[in-house]
Amino acid sequence: MSVGDGGTDEWSIGRMVRTMVPLLAGLSLLQMASGSVLESFEATLLTQPSLLVLVPVQIGTAGNLASIMCSRLSTQLHLGTFELSPSNPAIRANTVAVFGLAATVFGIVGVAAWAIGRVLGGSLSVVEVLTISLVSGMLLALVVVVLSVVSVTASYRLGYNPDDTTIPVVTNLCDITGVLILFGVVVAVL
Amino acid sequence: MYGQDTAKDVYRDALPVIVVSLVAGLFAGTILGSETMREGIESVPGLLLLLPAFLATRGGVYGSLGARISSGLHQGIIEPRFELDERLGNAIVASFINGMSVSVFIAVVTFIVLTLTGQSGSLLQLVGIMVVAGFLSAVLMLSVLVSVIILGYRRGLDPDNIIGPVVTTLGDVFGVLFLLVGVYVTGLIL
Repeated sequence: MSVGDGGTDEWSIGRMVRTMVPLLAGLSLLQMASGSVLESFEATLLTQPSLLVLVPVQIGTAGNLASIMCSRLSTQLHLGTFELSPSNPAIRANTVAVFGLAATVFGIVGVAAWAIGRVLGGSLSVVEVLTISLVSGMLLALVVVVLSVVSVTASYRLGYNPDDTTIPVVTNLCDITGVLILFGVVVAVL
Repeated sequence: MYGQDTAKDVYRDALPVIVVSLVAGLFAGTILGSETMREGIESVPGLLLLLPAFLATRGGVYGSLGARISSGLHQGIIEPRFELDERLGNAIVASFINGMSVSVFIAVVTFIVLTLTGQSGSLLQLVGIMVVAGFLSAVLMLSVLVSVIILGYRRGLDPDNIIGPVVTTLGDVFGVLFLLVGVYVTGLIL
């Protein structure tokens, strides 16, 4: 049976659980790395709420962009129009769109997180928070694009349905790199 | 025709939902940065450690459910109706099993990490928090996600652009909120 042909086996509970649980469990183990980073910055996070506000937005937006790009590529794969090549117009269009969306969103986020942080008792300047947000956001966009294309291709070649694998893998890796990039940039800027 | 979208189309399709989820992310960040949550972080050892894994798991479980339903709709093997279709039903049950088992797994791993790093933590408390938060998330995410995808598809929206934002928006806001509920409920029982 080929990948994603919609046969009943592909949609059986047992198969979906057996494919997903080990993967999700493995990825949660990896997430402990980013949890540890959060924990090690606990004191800074509790005194600078802007950074705490940035955490879910940063992670959530990366996950969103990754999920849009992955499900678009994986639907193409199911329809038989996906081709891994830099000249593939769909990959190009999605890449440009992801960077555009990231620039828009992380600009707004920087200012908003600064304002909310101020209200919650933080002391960072708007330039500091905006720089942290934009620099880490654009680096994250790059990670999103590369990981989406690589993981859709890899899951296809390994014979997994990309719907079961790409989204969990890419959103998780984006979360982890998101936190690492965010606190890397925090250390560099502050 | 699907797959021929330009970067501008993808940007325009995705921007509104991304901005909605951005607002929700800021809301989640504000809950996270609030006084009550900061008290929770201080009173429950391991809460910051499990936070990324917990938030990301829901992205993985429900994001992939959404992508699966979306591909099914595009392929025409799932009808956009609220009926007990076997494939749709299986996918929902599997997602519930995946979400709950991985939530408990995260609690156990968090406890092990705390123990290994010489910190004190309560296994019962962590499992209790994860079961409460995981269950509430599952009920909310499954009902809203399936409804939004089907209703959106009927109105001609591409599910691929809806899933990520819906999952992260609800996931982050209610994830952080249900985590607080979990802390409160286990505090009452234990």
